[in-house]
Amino acid sequence: MSKRIDINNLNVYYGQFLAVEDVSLSIEPKSVTAFIGPSGCGKSTFLRTLNRMHEVIPGARVEGEVLMDGVDLYGKDVDPVTVRRHVGMVFQRPNPFPTMSIAENVLAGFRLNNKRVSRSEADELVETSLRGANLWDEVKDRLDKPGSSLSGGQQQRLCIARAIAIKPDVLLMDEPCSALDPISTLAIEDLIAELKDQYTIVIVTHNMQQAARVSDRTAFFNIAGTGKPGKLIEMNDTKVMFATPSEKATEDYISGRFG
Amino acid sequence: MTTSPSSTGVEPAESDYGTHPGAAANRIFKGLSTGAGALILVTLAAVATFLLVEAWPAFTMSSAELGETVSFIKPDNGQSLMQIIGYLVYGTLVMSAIALIIATPVSIGIALFISHYAPRRLAQTLGYLIDLLAAVPSVVYGLWGVAILVPFLEPFFQFLADYLGFIPIFAPPESGEIFTGRVAMAAGIVLAIMILPIITAVSREVFLQTPTLHEEAALAMGATRWEMIKMAVFPFGRSGMVGATMLGLGRALGETMAVLMIISPGLTFSPNILQPNQHNTVAGYIALQFPEANSMGVNSLIAMGLALFVITLLVNMLARWIVSRRSEFSGAN
Repeated sequence: MSKRIDINNLNVYYGQFLAVEDVSLSIEPKSVTAFIGPSGCGKSTFLRTLNRMHEVIPGARVEGEVLMDGVDLYGKDVDPVTVRRHVGMVFQRPNPFPTMSIAENVLAGFRLNNKRVSRSEADELVETSLRGANLWDEVKDRLDKPGSSLSGGQQQRLCIARAIAIKPDVLLMDEPCSALDPISTLAIEDLIAELKDQYTIVIVTHNMQQAARVSDRTAFFNIAGTGKPGKLIEMNDTKVMFATPSEKATEDYISGRFG
Repeated sequence: MTTSPSSTGVEPAESDYGTHPGAAANRIFKGLSTGAGALILVTLAAVATFLLVEAWPAFTMSSAELGETVSFIKPDNGQSLMQIIGYLVYGTLVMSAIALIIATPVSIGIALFISHYAPRRLAQTLGYLIDLLAAVPSVVYGLWGVAILVPFLEPFFQFLADYLGFIPIFAPPESGEIFTGRVAMAAGIVLAIMILPIITAVSREVFLQTPTLHEEAALAMGATRWEMIKMAVFPFGRSGMVGATMLGLGRALGETMAVLMIISPGLTFSPNILQPNQHNTVAGYIALQFPEANSMGVNSLIAMGLALFVITLLVNMLARWIVSRRSEFSGAN
């Protein structure tokens, strides 16, 4: 269910432009890893390379290795579509399919792999996924209503339910709370804490308190200036990172002196 | 904080809160846009009134009397005004249906290729070419249809008639009749080519506007490009595709020249689209008869025009209804 990821010497390019330079780090299974850093430092770009979603952007490519339990995601025979079925993703803005009902949204990914789903199987999956996303009690009476009828925070939890319905090995979250109010944010953070019992979670966040609250390990990315590539400055246990970072840049960023 | 000026005894300086620059322009623009909106209604009402008023004498005159006055109306041969309108509406719908059945999937395919598959430069070139197709006058399509396409299609029609002739719509002409390509099927195919650009252009615009958010949602779940299109692009573009198809249908229903030049016309309710002398369209028939028509003849032709107006209106209302049926689930909210 959950796998470890080892990234070795990863460079990300947009065309000729080097966006992220030489990142090597490891992500532990059944834990929450947070990526923090100023805007434009490449943390979201880097996150997307973990399920090859960067390939959606024309001209984007990587050099290096991303090993998922030892298997290189950029190996010759690896199909990005298959990678994404194992590495789920939750985006910055909630994006349930507006033309689908709440239940259909949850089933959307599952139906890609299983063309025929029995009614009872589908109902069960909808319930377990929505319960897993702490949304069941709020929507159980209106599963046939459109997903867009929910509030922003509920929509984001619906997206999480949709992602965990396909039982991924890893769950990537790209600033999942940045479009949400504090109460919805808290709900998502509680959910992340519960989900890490089963999944490897990687979260990009602008909110350092959030990184401190939810993550076990934190990686700090920085950028030397506009047009320069983003780099991994340091990575450590979250407690250590926020108490005694070893790099000056990390300390400056965390204490709010820049960025 | 005080809320009313009287409580302070100080009159507010009117110059501070009165007019502001841009107020006049705002009023003018409001007037202009309201006027433009009203103009549409006025034009539509004027056209409808004209059709009704001019068609009225033909509708009210008795069938026999109309047959004596107007050369092309022959109630004794089963060609009273109402019967002719029936045949023509039928012929128009048959040819438009053929055009839509061929053009819609092809157009949506081209639009998808341009919006989601082709490399950017190829997509642009292709887009221009499609737009260019829309710029070809319908007379040219007619000439090209008669001179090139019909002879080219004849063997295919022959093939259809030989092997699928047992299906009524593909039944061959009766033995003895010359096999010709100037049939409803050929007109339908030319119409399909004519409406292709408009359906493609509108669908392409709609597909390009699919929110990246939804496309990425599908891709991130491990959808292939085609699955992503089914999940995110088509549902979002559904009303747009219906709209595009209806625009195409509108053009097909009203098209005159190309049909007139291609088809060997007739007045029947025949389902056989490979037989000549069976079908004609409202617009084609009006164009054919108008030069020779006397005053009551013109009234009769206008009555036919009214019928075309009504079916176009019905088609549009149907399209609106289809679009609005599941508006709760549309991409708009």
